[in-house]
Amino acid sequence: MIYIFYFLFYGFFLTAIIGLLASWIDRKVTARIQYRVGPPLLQPLIDIVKLLGKETLIPAGSSKITFLMAPIIGLASVILVSTLLWINNINPAKSFLGDLIVVLYFLVIPSVSIIMGGFASRNPLASLGASREMKLVLSYELPFILAMLVTVIKSGFTFRLGEILAFQAQNGALVRSWSGVLALIVAIICMQAKLALVPFDIPEAETEISGGVLIEYSGSGLAIYKLMKNMLLFTLPFFLIIVFIGGLRFDGIHLLYGVLKYISLVALMTVIRNTNPRVRIDQVVKFFWGPMTIIAIIAVVLALLGR
Amino acid sequence: MAKTIIPIGPYHPLQEEPEFFILTVEGEKVVDIDVHIGYNHRGIEKLSETKTFDQSTFVIERICGICSTSHPFAYTRAVEDIIPIEVPERAKYIRTIIAEGERIHSHLLWLGLAGHFLGYDTVFMWTWKLREEILDVMEILTGNRNNYAMFKPGGVRRDIKSEDIPVVIKKIDSIVPTLEMLKKAVIDDPVIHARTKGIGVLSKEDAINYCALGPTARASGVARDVRKNSPYGAYDKVEWDMIVTHNGDVFDKLVVRVLEVFESIKIIKNCFLNLPGGEIDANIKDIPPGEGIGHIEAPRGECFHYVRSDGTNRPVRHKVRAPTFMNLPTYKATVIGEDISDATIILAAIDPCYCCTERMTVCNIKRKKIYSGKDLIKLSREKTKILRNKMGVK
Repeated sequence: MIYIFYFLFYGFFLTAIIGLLASWIDRKVTARIQYRVGPPLLQPLIDIVKLLGKETLIPAGSSKITFLMAPIIGLASVILVSTLLWINNINPAKSFLGDLIVVLYFLVIPSVSIIMGGFASRNPLASLGASREMKLVLSYELPFILAMLVTVIKSGFTFRLGEILAFQAQNGALVRSWSGVLALIVAIICMQAKLALVPFDIPEAETEISGGVLIEYSGSGLAIYKLMKNMLLFTLPFFLIIVFIGGLRFDGIHLLYGVLKYISLVALMTVIRNTNPRVRIDQVVKFFWGPMTIIAIIAVVLALLGR
Repeated sequence: MAKTIIPIGPYHPLQEEPEFFILTVEGEKVVDIDVHIGYNHRGIEKLSETKTFDQSTFVIERICGICSTSHPFAYTRAVEDIIPIEVPERAKYIRTIIAEGERIHSHLLWLGLAGHFLGYDTVFMWTWKLREEILDVMEILTGNRNNYAMFKPGGVRRDIKSEDIPVVIKKIDSIVPTLEMLKKAVIDDPVIHARTKGIGVLSKEDAINYCALGPTARASGVARDVRKNSPYGAYDKVEWDMIVTHNGDVFDKLVVRVLEVFESIKIIKNCFLNLPGGEIDANIKDIPPGEGIGHIEAPRGECFHYVRSDGTNRPVRHKVRAPTFMNLPTYKATVIGEDISDATIILAAIDPCYCCTERMTVCNIKRKKIYSGKDLIKLSREKTKILRNKMGVK
């Protein structure tokens, strides 16, 4: 019973609320950087509620079930990941062996659902977007997993998030070591790509392929995708905070630190996305398999040397 | 590999105007393009022939909202070529100032859009904010932010007040530091280099063969600028440089436009410094029969007007050739073999303006019948009759 509560309350509601809030912060800061006023506080929520009330069009000739299921699969996996992360953070003893690997797998599923939806909609632009998303996933997963390996090595070869947190509570956050810093930098850039924000918004690229994968989505399908993206805006930074910066704690001054950690990660993402143009897909593959992988490998070697 | 058709248009977030480009794509490589234009035809040339010489200036000012000075400028020069008449010095300077102000705002608009197409929305918003200052300047000088209505055959309609000049110069000076910063941010950005260098290269030979104009040609090393080659207005009386770069890629087109903004600021300030006194209008009374041409350097390249008069107060033929008409075909030379993600920025790099370009439209003769305006009115009346009968309205 308690897990259903975790699932609904923490996994869905709290994640969605914080995600929507983060999306508002992102939009507001972006607007202020660009000399605009920016949206009111409830705008991300209003967008989604409005979309839920709109008609859902299904393109002719598309694979209907796949087209409609894809956003739900993506959302479900995000809820599951955030539930796992919350349980780990609130009650580290409840975690199970290998949940780090489970989280890594589930974090790929939103991208997979986007690829599914894009191909299912039978639109040339959506297919192009989906194939780009596929290349994007292939390129950033390698350095991302290498960066996670640093955590595993540093915390004594454990695959339990709970033990990683416990290790950090005793020995200080992993980011205080050289290998931790390098791994965090790699992970933040991979996170930018996972969230498909500029400079890695290639699958959507509205001025190139007019929305790409999401071009055929309307109504509730689009609403679920938007909600999924907003929730990822909380889940991914939260994951990085657990893995590298010692997790969130809810007692006294630590709550403030937790909020600061999260806000600074979101702010960093916003800054990156506002000071860069979009790159090309071949450049992304070169970037992630070249410099990023090399930095990640250096971090792994440093971690093995105990730095 | 299978070929896919990727449409750009007729309505696309990239474009402000309806145009249709059919890109044939193999994987992510563009192998062929097919351009369909004609969605924006408004019959302006015909409209201009039904108006008097003075009224035509206002009609053709509305050909395009961005280069709304270049068309009247070229048109008035064509009319003055028929008579022929020399425009007063002060009018020449005022015309130059207005034309250069327009060039600044047009280039800034392009720079913002280019940023937007690359996904760099911060540049988009910043340049458009800078552009506001220039529009304010134009409002002080002419009374309008766009469509300035300053031109008339023989001179300008409105004088520049001497008390406005310091305000305007101060306003123009105030944008220079931000512009410098923006120039550094755009020209030195490594990611912009990665996205635009070596992309969509228009070789010098192709630029000459396709008769490319304006910044598109100057980026390919063709030193072609009406302001230098056949000076008009006050361009031969003030000091300025023609910006020419040699690589012909998107980045060079960007550099040419950004540097031209600084040249335009220089020209405007020089013009204000040397602004002579005197009349602003030559007071043309009659236009004799004859024909005249006027060509000027619009922000996008050479804008060419041809006017024929039969001695009445209306032009009997008015032909407009906008720079995009010559620049658009270079898209085919530049885009084939490039990535689909670069196709849009390569198109944007020529700064296309379709409403300027579309002077004619082609009817599809495969149809059974081509309806004229009269036929359509007749059809409409018949249908209304049927409907009225159905609804019982008398």
